[in-house]
Amino acid sequence: MAIVILAAIALFLVYNAGRALTEVGLGTMLSGIQWYPTSDPGKFGMLPLVLGSLLVTGVALAVGVPVGVGAAVFISEFAGRRLKEVMKSVIEFMAAVPSVVYGLIGVAVLIPLVKDVFDLSSGLTALAGGIVLGVMSVPTIVSISEDALHAVPDDLRHGSAALGNTRWQTTFKVTLPSASSGIFAAVMLGLGRAIGETMAVLMLTGNAAVMPTSLFDSVRTMTGTIAAEMGEVVQGGLHYSVLFTVGLVLFAITFGINLAADLVLERQRKRWRR
Amino acid sequence: MSRARTRQARVAETIARGVMGAMAASVIAVALFVLAYIVYQGVGAIDWQFLTDVPRDRGRAGGIYPVIIGTVYVVTATAAFTLPVGVLAGIYLSEYAPRNLATRAIRLAITNMAGVPSIVYGLFGLAAFVLAAGIGRSVLAAALTLTCMTLPVVITATEEALRQIPQDIRQASLALGATKLRTIYKVVLPAAAPGIVTGSILGLARAAGETAPILFTGAVFQMRQTPDSPLSQFMALPYHIYAQVTSVPDWNRTLVWGTVLVLVAGVSIVSMVAAAWRSVQRRKIKW
Amino acid sequence: MVSVLSIADEGTAAIVVPRPSVDDRTAGIAESARGSFTLADVSVAYGDDLVIEGVDMEIPSRAVTALIGPSGCGKSTLLRCLNRMNDELGTVRVGGTITLDGQDIMRREVDPVELRMRVGQVFQRPNPFPMSIYDNVAFGPRTQGIRRRADLDALVEESLRGAALWDEVRKSLKKHAFELSGGQQQRLCIARALATKPEVVLMDEPASALDPISTQQIEDTIAELKSSVTIVIVTHNMQQAARISDRTAFMLRESLEEPAHLIEVGETKKMFTNPDDKRTESYITGRFG
Repeated sequence: MAIVILAAIALFLVYNAGRALTEVGLGTMLSGIQWYPTSDPGKFGMLPLVLGSLLVTGVALAVGVPVGVGAAVFISEFAGRRLKEVMKSVIEFMAAVPSVVYGLIGVAVLIPLVKDVFDLSSGLTALAGGIVLGVMSVPTIVSISEDALHAVPDDLRHGSAALGNTRWQTTFKVTLPSASSGIFAAVMLGLGRAIGETMAVLMLTGNAAVMPTSLFDSVRTMTGTIAAEMGEVVQGGLHYSVLFTVGLVLFAITFGINLAADLVLERQRKRWRR
Repeated sequence: MSRARTRQARVAETIARGVMGAMAASVIAVALFVLAYIVYQGVGAIDWQFLTDVPRDRGRAGGIYPVIIGTVYVVTATAAFTLPVGVLAGIYLSEYAPRNLATRAIRLAITNMAGVPSIVYGLFGLAAFVLAAGIGRSVLAAALTLTCMTLPVVITATEEALRQIPQDIRQASLALGATKLRTIYKVVLPAAAPGIVTGSILGLARAAGETAPILFTGAVFQMRQTPDSPLSQFMALPYHIYAQVTSVPDWNRTLVWGTVLVLVAGVSIVSMVAAAWRSVQRRKIKW
Repeated sequence: MVSVLSIADEGTAAIVVPRPSVDDRTAGIAESARGSFTLADVSVAYGDDLVIEGVDMEIPSRAVTALIGPSGCGKSTLLRCLNRMNDELGTVRVGGTITLDGQDIMRREVDPVELRMRVGQVFQRPNPFPMSIYDNVAFGPRTQGIRRRADLDALVEESLRGAALWDEVRKSLKKHAFELSGGQQQRLCIARALATKPEVVLMDEPASALDPISTQQIEDTIAELKSSVTIVIVTHNMQQAARISDRTAFMLRESLEEPAHLIEVGETKKMFTNPDDKRTESYITGRFG
């Protein structure tokens, strides 16, 4: 059934993207650098959107990965039981906050901050969107990394400690390498989350559909484009169909990422099963 | 061993502990900040009128009663679709599915479903339910869309909860002459219920906060009354927040933050109660 | 000694249990012969791996038969053949014939579910269901379709008495089973098995997870029970086998390449004092295993 739904999603996306794929062509769309969907004739170069997504996601990972993995290591290897419980509830709370709320907090707090600190005309930038996305990806990265660290048998830690290694040496030389594939998967899933996130980036990145040149530019992501423009297009029209193509590209990217992460996780599970 | 090396190791230990601790602390700090900020900004709006009145002047005044009710309707409908299907699918996967390639493919599809971006679910809901199935933008279409999104969560939670029931309990029931079906619904399911219920509630709470999937499938910004049928459109808390901020000039800060507080409080209180209930049940039943 | 069965007959004479169809065919057999097994050339394979070969033995009615042998010799696997619990493990194949009261229980038309109402099992670790003491014991009867409260009450009391647990729990039948101690839980599991009125109770190392006092109580319970049901018990504890069983069967897997065989079966007293086979003697005197 899950397969049916997944296949149905792909099918409906392809079906609705059909007109764009035949009339404009996937290659033209993916390589085009101009996104003027409402001009006549419309220009549907997706590259600015794809790059916008990648840029924002890159910032998100730069923020989310060190914090997320660091926090996971702390929870799993250093924290006592009470602190562990507290951290877990905190992570659960962060995961439960809706993305539109993160977006709003970003608008209220981060945007003015970015504007003042970097002396910009507007704080609505790839940087601001990326930082909030990074925060949002932390729960995913922490919980999956923590699972991976938790799966490493204690025997290994004891073995290392018995050789005279300190806790950190054990963590760095033995535990982290043993859990590396799981942590990699955690990062991948965090990446998938960040690329697919819609509302926060829509509210924070300024949504200028031009080729980004720096972190302080306003960018527009694939998700933001769909959300912002779908409400205004003619159903069945070319623009409508192009937006479905954007969705299809997004689906393909996240599908690939999730599949890779899943295979890595599966391998990790096999390794510790005895 | 040289003393210098030991000392070096000890310094590294301290530094590493400090760095990791700082990461963890920053996570807590951000979460606390988010919580405190929402409460601080929003608490001023919360009064009886806010919770019971309709929005006035494009949301700049009045209350959010129909908005709350809209979200409750959609989430209830989502639960009604998701729970039976998800729990049955979870039971099948955990108790009946053969260990073969097809089952592995199903599992893979489920984890992948969980990773599909919510906006893509929105597109799918628009294409499949609103247009192809002809339901139109409505509570029903939005609930079906959210169902697709929540299903993997419920399935995984069910499977996980069932897997934690020890095998010898099942065997004891079979050895008493109970059939497999009876074993499952009399022994295994009741024991796994806390895990299943909590996992499902967490999934549904997340669905309640989603904006992207309902954006094109039925949520509207301006509506005076609550939806009167599954086919009518609705207002919803997350969409209301988004729409205020992006399309109402001079939006009323207090009221918007009040809406945020209602949403976050609702979602996290429900989640926390569910999680606490589960851990109480778990403590009672120790294998 | 008070016969458990006689209490049962008085207390529950009115209960109409939908008896398994296999029962009809055994109607002609004398009451005293109920619950006797005959195994002929029984072999068991996990996938392609033959683990037990050529077991021939009689398991007499109303007596305790102990299966002993070193770990990994297939005692538990053989035990599970007797109520076809191996069916649940997927890849296990059983060959040869096993008859219960003259009826072949391995034939496909014998429903394992019906068989298991006649052949109960107690497991290695206490495994009560996560429900009340009462509901645990009433689980089997309810599965058989008994709904009347009075009938259930009578069955629960009788079964708990049979497992020597009644006096300890009579006032707290609504208590959650997990609140009992390990030994009490195991006796609850015995009561649960008795509640379906089985002819045979299989016990797979029922005391191995318990302390000595609880073990003693379980052994006393077994001694009480054998006047009414056939008991087949797997144990790795030879003293236990010597204490409680009437007959003993010794199984051995002589090398990892070979399947296990039944080395010797006979009166317990003879097995432990004057066994026929050298290997039995070595095992019993502690030379291997």
